[in-house]
Amino acid sequence: MVPITTLHYLVVAAALFVLGVIGVLTRRNVVIVLMSIELILNAVNLNLVAFSRMWGNLNGQVFAIFIVVDAAAEAAVGLGILIAFFRNKETINVDEIDLLKW
Amino acid sequence: MNPAMNSALNSGMAPVATPFFFYMLAGLAVVGGLLVITRRNAVHSALALIVTLLAVAGLYLMLYAPFVAGVQIIVYAGGIMVLFLFVIMLVNIERSSKERRFNRMWPVGLGAACALLALFVSAFAKGKALFPEGMMSMPESSNTQQIATMLYGDAGRMGQYTFAFEIASLLLLVAILGAVIMTKKRI
Amino acid sequence: MPNFIMSYLGSTVTPGEAGNQFWALMYVLIIFAGVSVAVIAMNWIERKALAHFQVRLGPMRVGPHGLLQPFADALKLMLKEDIIPAEADQFVFWVAPLIGLLAAFTVYTVIPFGPSQAVSDMNIGILFMLGVSSLGVLGIVVAGWASNSHYPLIGALRSSAQMVSYEVAMGLAVVSAILMTSLNASGTGTLSMIGIVQAQQQQGVWFIFKFFPLGFIALVIFAIAMIAETNRAPFDMAEAESELTAGYHTEYSGLRWSLFMLAEYAAMIAVSSIAVTLWVGGWMRPFPNLLNAPAWDFVFSLFPGLTFLGLAAIAFVGVARMPAHSFFKIQRIGLAVFAALLGFIALLLLVIAVVGRSADTSVAARFREGIDYVYWFVLKVAVFMYLFIWYRATWPRYRFDQLMRVGWKVLLPISLGVLVVTAIVGVIVS
Repeated sequence: MVPITTLHYLVVAAALFVLGVIGVLTRRNVVIVLMSIELILNAVNLNLVAFSRMWGNLNGQVFAIFIVVDAAAEAAVGLGILIAFFRNKETINVDEIDLLKW
Repeated sequence: MNPAMNSALNSGMAPVATPFFFYMLAGLAVVGGLLVITRRNAVHSALALIVTLLAVAGLYLMLYAPFVAGVQIIVYAGGIMVLFLFVIMLVNIERSSKERRFNRMWPVGLGAACALLALFVSAFAKGKALFPEGMMSMPESSNTQQIATMLYGDAGRMGQYTFAFEIASLLLLVAILGAVIMTKKRI
Repeated sequence: MPNFIMSYLGSTVTPGEAGNQFWALMYVLIIFAGVSVAVIAMNWIERKALAHFQVRLGPMRVGPHGLLQPFADALKLMLKEDIIPAEADQFVFWVAPLIGLLAAFTVYTVIPFGPSQAVSDMNIGILFMLGVSSLGVLGIVVAGWASNSHYPLIGALRSSAQMVSYEVAMGLAVVSAILMTSLNASGTGTLSMIGIVQAQQQQGVWFIFKFFPLGFIALVIFAIAMIAETNRAPFDMAEAESELTAGYHTEYSGLRWSLFMLAEYAAMIAVSSIAVTLWVGGWMRPFPNLLNAPAWDFVFSLFPGLTFLGLAAIAFVGVARMPAHSFFKIQRIGLAVFAALLGFIALLLLVIAVVGRSADTSVAARFREGIDYVYWFVLKVAVFMYLFIWYRATWPRYRFDQLMRVGWKVLLPISLGVLVVTAIVGVIVS
């Protein structure tokens, strides 16, 4: 079998990225949109770590750790916004969150 | 002594995972991603995302990044996904599992994603020579030590990313405060 | 074939490092069997010990002194009707106990029973353990949601909130133990479990006694946090029968409930093993440096055999004290057979200890070393498990808000303080 090169990992990351983009653009449930954003961030992380191994230094891995920290903060804030919104409008459809004032 | 053990001990580095493990983990990750964006039930999506995150952690292990894999499991799969599941249970309304899954603009979204995929494919096809086999110069046993040196500094000097590390901790503090204040009923 | 086994017994690395999948699989099977036996024994000991704490006798009828009670329970649970609530999500309902079980059993891949007796000595062993035990929360949350009923949902949310809160204090206590591993000559610590015990060996002191009382306070914090992590008394608000009709596993019956119980006991044994590895010296016998002579080595190597001899003696006393009535004939015979079995194991262990007493690399000596390592490790873990039962028998339950208050406002500041003081003392000393 062909040995596993960096390109293999990049292809997997690209696939995850595209799946995340489809999820963000097409789903109506806000929580699933947020989960697709997490998919995108994971794809970026995988890219970073794959390149870090290719070049042989650890900057990519440290940056990946920072991205994980950032994703945690963003998920917390995003879900907080969702809960605050849900308390007012009782819906979690992105289609129905379309008025600036109600 | 057992010849298999002998060669493994003499190679100096832990045996790298075979292509079998790569394809299994990559397949799990992509299938999990597919399930995330297509399930009607949000809890099923969350479980599929957990599978994807664990598969990606396995891929990190194959890329000689054990510390990042550990951080991924603890923070992502063990922390963020619990948060997601909590919120899904709090806002779960029966109506949402009987509605349409995809919004009205789904052909446009799918087309944009296909354009992105075409861009990726052309980038990989043209630049195939730019991504050689990885250099095996990163010993796995001192990975945590080296990352710690970059993050914390060493022997009196600041590390390369110490400042960013402190700002990340400030960011987490802001996120905690923001999440608590936004979800309180009475401030 | 014997050469193959002998060549493996002589290796000084774990099967994970040696890349030997067959032996890793053997270790996994042995650990699985061992943990199952330990869970069964723990079930019996818990019922008998709780009963004796409450001045009653506990199960006495099923086998001699209730020794076959756990098997009867397991058989009953397997034969019960498998009820799934009508509106419950079928797939998620089925998968929830498996997640908990997976998280509880995966921790055993890094637990060291000896210097080369672990399935795989990962370089990030402690990180792996923390991460995998945080996956157990997911099983509980999903189980509560999948039951489609109020009490399980509330119980699951409470239970997972409690587990997540105490994970923080647990992690900080673990970090302060790992700080102590870096106080050696090269200034480099280690995250691998075998490395932590070897650091204790090098520094000549168990971490529970290092910088006294810092190590001891860290162990106490970890002990409290691990009781909350496994949802045991006094932190079992989420599954207490008088409060929430058994919490997140209310709707689970029969074999599924037994999977939850298995996961809970396995998690208890796993976190006790972590505590033993980090603070109490892992597989080392007591006083390895103080009583260093080979004569003392021989005395301490007699302990496994003497323990089983003691157990056999207790069983024989039980046989003698049984009423001499025809109703008890089968029980007497059963208990006598059990006592004879224990005595036989004791004899075997004593023979190995005597034959392998020299420090050469003969087969008997290697067996003796392996048995000693495993024995001391299991003994220390057994002490922690008995403490679990003791706490359940004596302490009342925490109310949920008190529980969260203790987790965030008491344990977290204390563990942070211990971490900072340990770091300062470590820098001053080295």
